[in-house]
Amino acid sequence: MKRKSEETNDPGTTGHVWDGIEELNNPLPRWWLWTFYLTIIWGIGYTIMYPAWPLITGATPGVLGYSSRAEVRADINAVNAANAAIDQRLVSAPLASISNDPELQRYATAGGGALYRTYCSQCHGAGAAGGPGYPNLLDDDWLWGGTLADIQATLAHGVRWEEDPDTRYSQMPAFAEILSAEEIGQVAEHVLAISGQEFDAAAEAAGKTVYADNCSGCHGDGGKGDQGQGAPNLTDVIWLYGGDREALTTSIAKPHFGIMPAWSQKLTPLQIRQLAVYVHQLGGGQ
Amino acid sequence: MAILDKHKAIEKNATLLMVLSFLVVTIGGIVEIAPLFYIENTIEKVRGVRPYSPLELTGRNIYIREGCYTCHSQMIRPLRDEVERYGHYSLAAESMYDHPFQWGSKRTGPDLARVGGRYSDQWHVEHMARPQDLVPESIMPPYKHLATTQLDGEGARALLLANRAVGVPYTEEMINQAMADFKAQASADADTEALLERYPGAQARNFDSAEGVSELDAMIAYLQVLGTMVDFTTFEPDQSR
Repeated sequence: MKRKSEETNDPGTTGHVWDGIEELNNPLPRWWLWTFYLTIIWGIGYTIMYPAWPLITGATPGVLGYSSRAEVRADINAVNAANAAIDQRLVSAPLASISNDPELQRYATAGGGALYRTYCSQCHGAGAAGGPGYPNLLDDDWLWGGTLADIQATLAHGVRWEEDPDTRYSQMPAFAEILSAEEIGQVAEHVLAISGQEFDAAAEAAGKTVYADNCSGCHGDGGKGDQGQGAPNLTDVIWLYGGDREALTTSIAKPHFGIMPAWSQKLTPLQIRQLAVYVHQLGGGQ
Repeated sequence: MAILDKHKAIEKNATLLMVLSFLVVTIGGIVEIAPLFYIENTIEKVRGVRPYSPLELTGRNIYIREGCYTCHSQMIRPLRDEVERYGHYSLAAESMYDHPFQWGSKRTGPDLARVGGRYSDQWHVEHMARPQDLVPESIMPPYKHLATTQLDGEGARALLLANRAVGVPYTEEMINQAMADFKAQASADADTEALLERYPGAQARNFDSAEGVSELDAMIAYLQVLGTMVDFTTFEPDQSR
């Protein structure tokens, strides 16, 4: 069948003929052929070294005993081991002394920054400037205190997070059910006055009494607030839910209750410390 | 060689070529796929994973309808960076009642396999209405219509039946009570004892703080349960897989 030509560089044909067209019998390029053989050898070696062939109850484990789970655990353990010494120092150091140790402060801030971007930025913003309903962490106005210990406690236990018995909890009454619309309007004028905004003098005078009777218990006589019970300072220009007449009236009639998760459920004490240091050094820490 | 000469018969008969090609491909399929159905360790047994409640399952349907999976995966791979960012790597058992699963391989947005409990309900309400209000750099489109589309729960029973048909072990009782469970889980003050009996650990409340049961209620209920069924403080991973 095969018709080999006398000339050595003539590959001859395969003998296949269709409509008078013959198929040349060129050999495969040598590099291609050897690559092909190598892939076969590599394939056999691979199935011997790594988990591969399915059997009755499981697959062959492979000579190397590779497991993606063991690998990720080893990776994490290696990083933890490398950081073990400084982690231990960070966990055991008194909070106030962390800033005296530049290495520790730098380590905690870097780790806290990474954690912040993962867990906190979605609400407080990538730059920590917050937004309506989510506190700004850059300023020096704190609802629950701005010391390292306060920040750490807020991080660990959250705000109004019901699953944590130690969570920060404050609940302003809905004054729409307690005061008349007129009184709410009056006390709003008083809050506008003490926060340095334009106000209606006549209504404010009446509002001062309403404030003293209903609000001063938590927000204080001068409206400076009380971080011990999470009562916001009303005299500054920093507002969580807006500080104009309309927003104040709404907030007095039906207060907003923001929620922050208790991060001790998801993060380790070390990570919470790192976050506390990071948030503290953003600018407003006390 | 004689055997290669016989090849001519196959090459000249298109039907025979197709049948034999199919046989060869089938062998590959059998070797790769069939063992998954009988090998015992394909799905590791994990405590805590239960079928979705009617409300969660409705939310899952909306998730699929809106194409959330085109940008969000639900599969934390066993790699250090993913475990550090999203939490424990995903287990096969965690998506055993997903039909179809939402693993995905495209992450324009973050992985959602463990998004449950990470944000408050109110955050989800605001985020669905306008994601950029909370995350200015986000390119996620708004899903305002979820909040305004009311659900009556009529479809819950059929949804459970459909999932049972593809293998989710919903009991007769679960199917009969689908509508009741649907409503109980979405209201703030309903009696949830029966619901929790059937779906342990289900979170019941008015998720969107608005009247009635909207698609947003279902969606948030679904998001809040994602990745929360397994208690990883007691879970011992089998290192051999």
